[in-house]
Amino acid sequence: MAETAFFNALRAAIDEEMERDATVFVLGEDVGHYGGSYKVTKNLYQKYGEWRVVDTPIAENSFTGMAVGAAMTGLRPIIEGMNMGFLLLAFNQIANNAGMLRYTSGGNFQIPLVIRGPGGVGRQLGAEHSQRLEAYFQAVPGLKIVACSTPYNAKGLLKSAIRDNNPVLFFEHVLLYNLKEDLPEEEYLLPLDKAELVQTGQDVTILTYSRMRHHVLQALPELRQRGIQPEIIDLLSLRPLDWETISSSVRKTHRVVIVEECMKTGGMGAEITAGVMERLFDELDAPVVRLSSQDIPTPYNGTLERLTVVQPEQIVSTVVDLVGGKI
Amino acid sequence: MIQERPLPTFSPTAVQLSREEGLALYEDMVLGRTFEDKCAEMYYRGKMFGFVHLYNGQEAVASGVIRGAMRPGVDYVCSTYRDHVHALSAGVPAREVMAELFGKATGCSKGRGGSMHMFSAQHRLLGGYAFVAEGIPVAAGAAFQSKYRREVLGDASADQVTACFFGDGACNNGQFFETLNMAALWKLPLLFVVENNKWAIGMAHERATSDPHIYKKASVFNMAGVEVDGMDVLAVRQVAQTAVARARAGEGPTLIEALTYRFRGHSLADPDELRSKEEKEFWLSRDPIKRLGSYLLEQDLVTSQDLKTIDQKIKQTVEEAVVFAEQSPEPAPSELRRYIFAED
Ligand SMILES: Cc1ncc(C[n+]2csc(CCOP(=O)(O)OP(=O)(O)O)c2C)c(N)n1
Repeated sequence: MAETAFFNALRAAIDEEMERDATVFVLGEDVGHYGGSYKVTKNLYQKYGEWRVVDTPIAENSFTGMAVGAAMTGLRPIIEGMNMGFLLLAFNQIANNAGMLRYTSGGNFQIPLVIRGPGGVGRQLGAEHSQRLEAYFQAVPGLKIVACSTPYNAKGLLKSAIRDNNPVLFFEHVLLYNLKEDLPEEEYLLPLDKAELVQTGQDVTILTYSRMRHHVLQALPELRQRGIQPEIIDLLSLRPLDWETISSSVRKTHRVVIVEECMKTGGMGAEITAGVMERLFDELDAPVVRLSSQDIPTPYNGTLERLTVVQPEQIVSTVVDLVGGKI
Repeated sequence: MIQERPLPTFSPTAVQLSREEGLALYEDMVLGRTFEDKCAEMYYRGKMFGFVHLYNGQEAVASGVIRGAMRPGVDYVCSTYRDHVHALSAGVPAREVMAELFGKATGCSKGRGGSMHMFSAQHRLLGGYAFVAEGIPVAAGAAFQSKYRREVLGDASADQVTACFFGDGACNNGQFFETLNMAALWKLPLLFVVENNKWAIGMAHERATSDPHIYKKASVFNMAGVEVDGMDVLAVRQVAQTAVARARAGEGPTLIEALTYRFRGHSLADPDELRSKEEKEFWLSRDPIKRLGSYLLEQDLVTSQDLKTIDQKIKQTVEEAVVFAEQSPEPAPSELRRYIFAED
């Protein structure tokens, strides 16, 4: 596959997995005839028919529960949340049933289920459509949580998620769907529990994920110009966190900046900070710094919206402040 | 206050029932009743903990549907938090249900589930759901799966039907309406079995529901809806058989409203102060076990000795279940984290 857009990389992952395993099916709002709001399931309905690409009524909690029942009895459903925020209506089924049921059933059932779709702060979509949901689901036992960030990792991670025998919450970012990249022709899968070392460096470890990876990369040239070589890690797996990769980086750099789109209070960064304290306190030369988005509903106004989310310039100044004395 | 609604008429003379079928239904109901009475005893003796909701009085519904119309171990059963007896009717051995209630490693959910989370993949029991109505969509998923196997995988043997049990209280929850819509739309092989026992904890059905006739709610989804005397196992069996036949024929789901009553409080922690003595006596007089017993005797299908033999046998089974549960080991602390993920 030559240059491929993010949404098409996801589509290819689903198509390939549906082709190799007839128990894989997609369900959600407008995934069939319409092809998905972001065209991730475009034309799959024509290829696989309406029992495998199921257009559901607008009933998030119940179609999620239906997918749980189908997964318990041997199928491998992929739910598309038209916007992941809508799945707050399915919190009951995700937390109580998808997440817990293997445990409460004492191992009687497994739930091979993928719940995927667009999330994150979009472009002037208003608060309800621009949510950061990863923290809400962090504490649900039994869930794996993945946040993809490039066409390459989106495809490889989604294929693994579909094959995984656990419920996987798979976050895409609404502003990344048109990102393009050359993809390998041959099939590949990426592990669901490994972070990606995006850039090696020795001055500071920048931990990030999803769209913020790209903001960090935008800050990189400026940082380099100032003589700072950051190590950049895209977490990819938000649950479980890849502490091996994080730890070996922190042992090298002794400084940590977390760049996230999540809310600050109770967000991913809070969890990662605590984890670094518990595991790596002696390695730190400075307190961990969190760059999170503001603890507010995402404003509609473009200027305010931009201020809500961490921007590249802010990453530059924060990292310079933190590392400044060292350089 | 007894505001009983007129029961649908049912003529048992039209019933085709063999001696074996009659005895099997009787035995299943006696098992349900005896088991629950033993639970009460064990709970008050501090052997089981947490919330324990008993099924006494409602036995005709589980037995009539599961034993009377389904194929236990082949068809799927999805329950509520009042799930012990559904589990027993589905074929989960009494000892495994009792051991689960004792929190033991030999319980059907390995001691991880407890009273409200009975599961058995082997017996196609999909659970035990502690939140009201959340099992309803899950049951629809199992029914969808049977349909999918037939339509997509070309598996002609995929004729399993799923029965989903829930209470009148659950019928005011969105998941009920959402799932009825999808099940009817896609003609899923599903039985929605409402056990209308008139009460949701202390909330009288009439005070919670704009139209208390739950079965009528099927009509707006273009679905078959029937009411049945839930204290008459033969009546329940008959409507369930019709619904199962409809489901297997690809004609879609049925909403069955069984009018029944729980003889005990909501849970073993409930002082049961709200329901009137008259109301309770009215329903006690319609005990489904006594009723089936009398019918079988009247029809000369069995002798009173046959029934006594069953009563004795079940007593023995339940006693053995208690011994098994008591003697079983606790789950190993080293296995605290087992079963969180599929790999564990
Ligand atoms: C979502 C949810 N809300 C509230 C409760 C507390 N609760 C437990 S049982 C119950 C009443 C349910 O009544 P019904 O569905 O009629 O079942 P029954 O107890 O009569 O079998 C309530 C409100 C719950 N378990 N789940």
